[in-house]
Amino acid sequence: MLRVVSYVIVVVWLALAILGFLIGDNANYVDLNAFLSAPNNQAWLGADELGRPVLQRVALGAQTSLFVALGVVFFSAIIGTTIGVVSGYLGGWTDRVVTKIIDVFLAFPGLLLAIALAAILGPGIENVVFALVVVGWVGYARLSRAQTLSIRHREHILAARALAVPVPVMLFRHVLPLILAPLGVEATFGIAGAVISEAGLSFLGLGVQPPDASWGSMIKEGTRYLLVAPHLVLAPGIALMLVVLAVNLIGDQWRDHLDVRTRSVK
Amino acid sequence: MIAYALRLMGSVLFVSWIVGTLVFFLIHLVPGDPVAVMLGDWASPADESALREQLGLNLPIWTQYIHYLSGLVQFDLGTSLFFQQPVSELIAERFPMTLQLAVMALIVAVLIAFPLGIWAALRAGKWPDHLSMTVSLIGVSIPNFWLGPMLILVFSLSLAWLPVSGAEQPFSWVLPSITLGTALAAILARMLRASLLEVMHEDFIRTAQAKGLPSTLVYGKHALLNALLPVVTILGLQLGTLLGGAVITEVVFDWPGLGQLLVESIQRRDYPVVQGCILVISVAYITVNGLTELVYAWIDPRIRVAS
Repeated sequence: MLRVVSYVIVVVWLALAILGFLIGDNANYVDLNAFLSAPNNQAWLGADELGRPVLQRVALGAQTSLFVALGVVFFSAIIGTTIGVVSGYLGGWTDRVVTKIIDVFLAFPGLLLAIALAAILGPGIENVVFALVVVGWVGYARLSRAQTLSIRHREHILAARALAVPVPVMLFRHVLPLILAPLGVEATFGIAGAVISEAGLSFLGLGVQPPDASWGSMIKEGTRYLLVAPHLVLAPGIALMLVVLAVNLIGDQWRDHLDVRTRSVK
Repeated sequence: MIAYALRLMGSVLFVSWIVGTLVFFLIHLVPGDPVAVMLGDWASPADESALREQLGLNLPIWTQYIHYLSGLVQFDLGTSLFFQQPVSELIAERFPMTLQLAVMALIVAVLIAFPLGIWAALRAGKWPDHLSMTVSLIGVSIPNFWLGPMLILVFSLSLAWLPVSGAEQPFSWVLPSITLGTALAAILARMLRASLLEVMHEDFIRTAQAKGLPSTLVYGKHALLNALLPVVTILGLQLGTLLGGAVITEVVFDWPGLGQLLVESIQRRDYPVVQGCILVISVAYITVNGLTELVYAWIDPRIRVAS
């Protein structure tokens, strides 16, 4: 039941994001007559302080969050996994240097580093993605390094090495496929994390700039009208929470599925 | 133990130095000329060169770096462009507020997490377990910048029980602490449940039960104390995370701490203050993590032997 609901929420999120392309500039159409109007027949989720339709803006926000989440997970997974697998496989001083770098990054509060980078580079969605990738690659690097270390001495690796398979082929064909599953789980949680972080940075005014919509900036603008128009904060907040909850649930399911111990209990 | 503590201190100092260096280079990452960015479009060239001189940006970069490091050692973090006041003074005023918020949030988190986690573990697989784990999953998924406004809407605006924002009124800490502590409470409850379930399968629990000890003693003393160890570690590590997470909560509630100073200074392009805040929060985080490891090693000798 919960499983179906969480997949449905993710599908709705994707659909909203695609719909965002069709909506386009309509979401920025200013109609001062509709100023802070409550949900009604014309605007199902009401209108904001400039009379812009909240439903359409939530769809644009879905687009922003999806774009950032996919961008962040894609780049941090590729960068982190490459560094982790190479470091774990090669060992020696490469591994020692990489481990030290990972330790330093882990010792730094992630959100704060992202805030610092976004503040210095200036607001904008590309800078948000960049800042979150700088923070996000570490998790994949640590995980893929540990996984690689654990399979490094398997027979098929030794056999491939005896056949003088070049290192890139070795990593790509013989190591990577075996460690993809846990990385997939990490990436799922990474999507939830990126969605929350993007909204957080936009809430602080460091993400998407007006008139573009982000769930975080919608919440920020809505807090000024909390008493007279709570729907401005409720709509993007519930959307954000449902997406994060659904993605976390899916991540949990995949993790339990991969974990042989919990699977045998069921 | 002393050798372990010294090594830990060395690593804290090393990481702090790296963080300091990163923060130093932060201002050089500003696209274009940082002085022009700080002063805006209408500054005269004379103003720009005066500021450049004040910040030392006209010197070679290595000289700047040496000056910066020697300043750090004397707790000199430069001067705020907006307040015309030493950054270290500004931070000293605000830091206690952030620390207070983080500690209160930690207490709130423990008060929520312990009953929830214990209840779930004692009734594992039954409805209390499902209920409390669902609640904690929601807790992890609620962003604090949304939870905060919702709490304000219900408890300040509708019910008028608690103040909306600021820190002057007697109960103004309540909502910010709950906002900041909720996610941690959820994580702790899940950890505690998992840790308790693991411990309850141990032999010494079966022995205690076989001896005929009352179940309150078995669970309350033997199981809980042993399950606490991993939870305590997480608790320490999370205090550091709370210091960082306080930034958003402080903005939501207009709480006069370091996070609010940081965000306002970002908007004012007051880069010396931005650098100072990031440095101080990070070093506090690193220090707390180091102390946690030390406490953990003291509780559990296996740790210091292993490393």
